[in-house]
Amino acid sequence: MNEILLIVGMAVVTFAVRYLPLHLLGSFDLPISVTRALRYVAVAVLTAIAVPYMFYRDGALSISHTNSYLVVGLAAVVIGFRSKAPSVTIIVGMALFVAYRFLLTALPV
Amino acid sequence: MAGLMKMRRGTVTPYSQFVAGMRGVAPMAIGAIPFALIFGALAVSEGGLSIWATSGLSLFVFAGSAQFIAVNLLSQGTGLIPIVLTTLIVNMRHVLYSASLAPYMKHLPKRWLLPLSFWLTDETYATVINVWQDTNHDRSHKAWYHLGNAVAMYTNWNLWTLLGALFGSQLPNIEQWGMDFALVVTFISIVVPMLVTRPMLICALVAGGVSLVTYGMPHNLGLLIAATAAIAVGYSVETRLQPAAASRPVPDTDSQVWQLGQKHE
Repeated sequence: MNEILLIVGMAVVTFAVRYLPLHLLGSFDLPISVTRALRYVAVAVLTAIAVPYMFYRDGALSISHTNSYLVVGLAAVVIGFRSKAPSVTIIVGMALFVAYRFLLTALPV
Repeated sequence: MAGLMKMRRGTVTPYSQFVAGMRGVAPMAIGAIPFALIFGALAVSEGGLSIWATSGLSLFVFAGSAQFIAVNLLSQGTGLIPIVLTTLIVNMRHVLYSASLAPYMKHLPKRWLLPLSFWLTDETYATVINVWQDTNHDRSHKAWYHLGNAVAMYTNWNLWTLLGALFGSQLPNIEQWGMDFALVVTFISIVVPMLVTRPMLICALVAGGVSLVTYGMPHNLGLLIAATAAIAVGYSVETRLQPAAASRPVPDTDSQVWQLGQKHE
């Protein structure tokens, strides 16, 4: 594999999807309905990435207390509703994850 | 203390907004560290890339999930064209980000739009969109907030990619340590505070439900379908619940999700 071609190819398509909408939509006003709908983009995309990550482990649906991504992920949702500060959710969530994984290996349940 | 806050708020400069942008994205940047480390390590060990090419991907492509998938495809001996096409599909969600930012950033000259587009990531989009939609802040300084945010993510991602590429071989099975949970908790930390209206909550439920059903689809197509369905449902619930709001242009202060000042408290 030519490494330079790989970098250039990936860089071009990635920059295109990031820049072209901003460039093309910059010259006229989008309909109000579209700009209102676009406010849902962050919640929709990030949720659609994170949820399968929690529920699927190694390609299989895993609804079990041994799935630490699911158990601690749900705990992080509760923490998020209570704290609202991303830094608190991230730090407490990561600490809980480490502790829960340790518990799972220490206690044969 | 109140006096200090007042003084700080009174002296908004490009520099202060640049620093505020860096601080705003700092928790997400920390969450990205494990990913950059694992990417650097795997690109060399599994993908067979040189340290230069590994850093080159982070420097010139700067798209975490696409970089991971490329390394996975390289390890399976996939050719150049399929990898580039997969990158395009995986990054299609940036079309939504870019289009969503367009109404707020259209006044910016090209020397701003080009670098800020190049540095657009999930984390930067999710944090700067709240600032762009905030009607209380001077528009001219928002670009500096965005710039500080993006530069912090870029510097962080590249530093830890390089460290992963250099020292990954000394951290065996680093990808199995569970450090990738940082991605899940980062996205949760961004999304949950936005779920303050019923349409937003329904949007998240639809996104999660559809993403589980479409999980097996190739090339992250499930992600695009789930996101599109969730945006459509969220918006139609909004127009049904608040028909009067449907004709108000954004930024719309009445349905403001959260404001800049709350972020640092």
